[in-house]
Amino acid sequence: MSRRVRIRGFLVSALVLAALLGWGFAGLPDFGHFAGEYAQLLNRVATGERHATNVVTSIVFDYRGVDTMGEEFILFAAVITVGMLLRETRDEGRRAPRDEVRSDAIRLFGVSMVGATVLLGLSIVAHGTITPGGGFQGGVVCASGLALVYAAGSYRAYRAAGPYEFLELGESTGAGGYVAIGLAGLAAGSALLANVLPLGTAGELNSAGTITMLNAGVGLEVSAALVLLFHEFLEEVEHR
Amino acid sequence: MTALVPLLVAIPLIVAALLVAAAQRIHPLAANVTAAAVAATVTVLAVLLIFRTSHAPIDYWFGGWHPRHGIAIGIAFHVEPLGAGVAAATGALATAALLFSLEYFAEHVQPYFHALMLIFLAAMIGFSLSGDLFNMFVFFELMSIIGFGLTGYRIERRSVLQGALNFGVTNTIAAFLIMFGIGLLYGRTGALNLQQIGETLRHRQPDGLVVVAFTVLAVGFLVKAGAFPFHFWLSDAYAVAPIPVCVLFSGVMSDLGLHGLARVYWDAFSGTLGGHDEAVKGVLLVVGCLSALVGAGMAFLQASLKRMMAFVTIAHIGAGLIGIALLSARGLAGATVYMVADGLVRGALFLAVGVIMYGLGNPNELRVFGRGRGMPVAAIVLLVGAVTTAAVPPFGPFVGRTLISQSAPGIVTAVLVVSGALGAAALLRASARIFLGLGDRRDPLLVAPPTGEDEDEGEERPIGLGLLLRLPAILLLAAGLGLAFAPGLADRAVQHAAQVENAHAVALHTLRAAKPPPLPSLSQHVTTASVAYGVLSGVLALGLAAFGLYRRRLRLPGGRFAAPLLAGAKAVHDGVPGEYVAWLTFGAAAIGAALALLIR
Amino acid sequence: MSYLPYALAGWLFMIGLYGIVTSRHLVHLVVCLSVMQSSTYVFFLAVGYREGASAPIFKDYPLGKPAVDPVVQALTLTDIVVSVTVTALLLALVIEIWKRAGTVDPDELRQKQR
Repeated sequence: MSRRVRIRGFLVSALVLAALLGWGFAGLPDFGHFAGEYAQLLNRVATGERHATNVVTSIVFDYRGVDTMGEEFILFAAVITVGMLLRETRDEGRRAPRDEVRSDAIRLFGVSMVGATVLLGLSIVAHGTITPGGGFQGGVVCASGLALVYAAGSYRAYRAAGPYEFLELGESTGAGGYVAIGLAGLAAGSALLANVLPLGTAGELNSAGTITMLNAGVGLEVSAALVLLFHEFLEEVEHR
Repeated sequence: MTALVPLLVAIPLIVAALLVAAAQRIHPLAANVTAAAVAATVTVLAVLLIFRTSHAPIDYWFGGWHPRHGIAIGIAFHVEPLGAGVAAATGALATAALLFSLEYFAEHVQPYFHALMLIFLAAMIGFSLSGDLFNMFVFFELMSIIGFGLTGYRIERRSVLQGALNFGVTNTIAAFLIMFGIGLLYGRTGALNLQQIGETLRHRQPDGLVVVAFTVLAVGFLVKAGAFPFHFWLSDAYAVAPIPVCVLFSGVMSDLGLHGLARVYWDAFSGTLGGHDEAVKGVLLVVGCLSALVGAGMAFLQASLKRMMAFVTIAHIGAGLIGIALLSARGLAGATVYMVADGLVRGALFLAVGVIMYGLGNPNELRVFGRGRGMPVAAIVLLVGAVTTAAVPPFGPFVGRTLISQSAPGIVTAVLVVSGALGAAALLRASARIFLGLGDRRDPLLVAPPTGEDEDEGEERPIGLGLLLRLPAILLLAAGLGLAFAPGLADRAVQHAAQVENAHAVALHTLRAAKPPPLPSLSQHVTTASVAYGVLSGVLALGLAAFGLYRRRLRLPGGRFAAPLLAGAKAVHDGVPGEYVAWLTFGAAAIGAALALLIR
Repeated sequence: MSYLPYALAGWLFMIGLYGIVTSRHLVHLVVCLSVMQSSTYVFFLAVGYREGASAPIFKDYPLGKPAVDPVVQALTLTDIVVSVTVTALLLALVIEIWKRAGTVDPDELRQKQR
């Protein structure tokens, strides 16, 4: 099929598809007037039941905790797969170390920011049950803090900050730990991922039972996974 | 006993995490054995669940969140015998694939591979049991990611990457379509639980939103299943993925697309689209028949066994889709039994192809012509398996296909017979060439795979006893064929299908703890007509295979006309991602437009 | 006015799809997929929005007052993570294709079948 035929055929189908989507969207309630029962119920009861002021976090880690378990393993599996794919054909010999940042100003600024960024990330993870934030968000910020080491410093420093084994252990602990906490719920007589720890008081750091632990586990896994991802791609750059 | 349900998913996941944590320290064979053991355990648990749910479906609410006033606030696994059967087949195929890889890969893969296979297993089981639409999506994506990752494994050749890339791009777009479907349904019903969506939509006239939501969800699942015109990625990807992974792809992953479609239709849409079921039936039947015919036709044109098996899978998906499209208890039961039995047989066939690749280095029937004479086990598995894929009585796939054809109009039965026969003929022809050295050595009408695609191991390796290479194939074949002899299989399947289709009662049982839906007492009889069709299919397969072997000696006229047509068909399957996506858009638009026009 | 967010989602989806079909560079193709991903985020969040309501965080906001839909926010969060991983995996594949085939033009990846 030539390119022109393909594009023309596509434009026709795309118009039809767009029209269909528009027709479907027209059946949705007006923007701003959504009244789903599920959502309203959770908004009313979640804080009371789970002592977590951030309802979204309580949904992610408790009411719909299985989705998050699946999602964690998506991240886990993807990072392992990227590692497998890229390591296979990497030419371990050649190195092109052009990664030294030469400007002192950038290095100073970057290094001072690393600590602040990682701390911010940890804070976001820890406060996930109280204010906007959580394991995923905070984990990404932590990982970017470490990426700053590369951007403002050198690749070697970045690699020193996290060797492969350590990162993979972190990832596995995060992912496996999530399932383990879930199984603890099972062992306690309830269902998988039931919240079986004392709930504490809403608004305090140590509240919401297993939600906080799951949150921390996810934070660990996401930071480790993303640092590993950057690792793999940076290795490609370095070994060109 | 209900506590077993989450273990089906939790155990493989946690063992996978442990394998990765220990990856540098553990020996690959130990990891492989562990993985196989876990898969076997999961299979046993799934079989137990089939029996445990034979009276009433089990709804397992994660986190202990039971529904309140009919509103589902947690996520449930809705376990009933048909879904549990698919889960059990998944486990069996995974166990066989992992045992096979003990010898096929031996020490050349790291524990990461086995961990990924376990996560893949967990994802497929989660998808087949889940009762929540978004949860299904999460497991769908988990399956897809590992799928295209593993397809690209052992990257040494250009074509491998294309298969993985096309798999990735098309399945990701399918996932987006599913997301839109979820969003549309959520916007209308405020619910994500399938039963709750069904209840909220029930008895309302379907409007644009419902039709479009069904279209995008159906297209999303059909892309995963590999139905026409969404099948292009499948032939590329299956043809290049490593054998143990293909076993899972062909035996189960594609079928899960159909299972998802059936679930979503019956639980969520049957209440509202039920009044227009002729429209839905018509559209899905057309897609199914086209998939069956295109798949079988393209299979016959292939010379590489792996690509051939990919197209045979597509053809059989078409047959399964026909079963579901009939929107009846018999159709659904037939489709499920067919998918399970035929899936096991297809897994066995892929393992046999694996033996050929291990021993001879190449699965192309023209390149290893006659060199398979010393491989009796692989030959038997391939020949027997090939004939059974034509749904010859009295074996497993026949039971399933009979249930389908008994409730299908005549022309559809003809399509089933022809497509089954063509696919089987292709396999028989290839086996005859490889193992028996029959037929012409060259055939220009056959597609040769692109250069570099099949030079997998390249060298021939001595197989020796090769127990682990052969035993899994024999066991899978026996299981697939022997399913027919499970007492009362057809009856119970239809009964449970009828139970599933009683969506309102199921929903009340799930959401409001009402009585479980009743099990109607129906009994199925195999008519002489079905036996005749099965035998006809087998005979046709043998005839077509002979034709394929000796076509050139017959000097039939019309060869000059056939060649450009076939060349056109082959050229379309050529691997450019943009084209596959264009076909996807076309398919989605066509299905949506057809449904829109018919449901008015 | 009230359908504009949905129209935006639809537009992002279609333009991303067009980009993929006409793409001449694999990295561009993967980024077009990202654009399509964003369309799903916009869609979900638009579905759940409530006028005059605040975020579903009840720390300094009294319980009982209207808040937007927290469920779609949880779904979008999951969606974003999934999208990140898919993008990463596809980019890894693109790197491999470039290494092996020397090209990143999708049309040049056409398989030659005799």
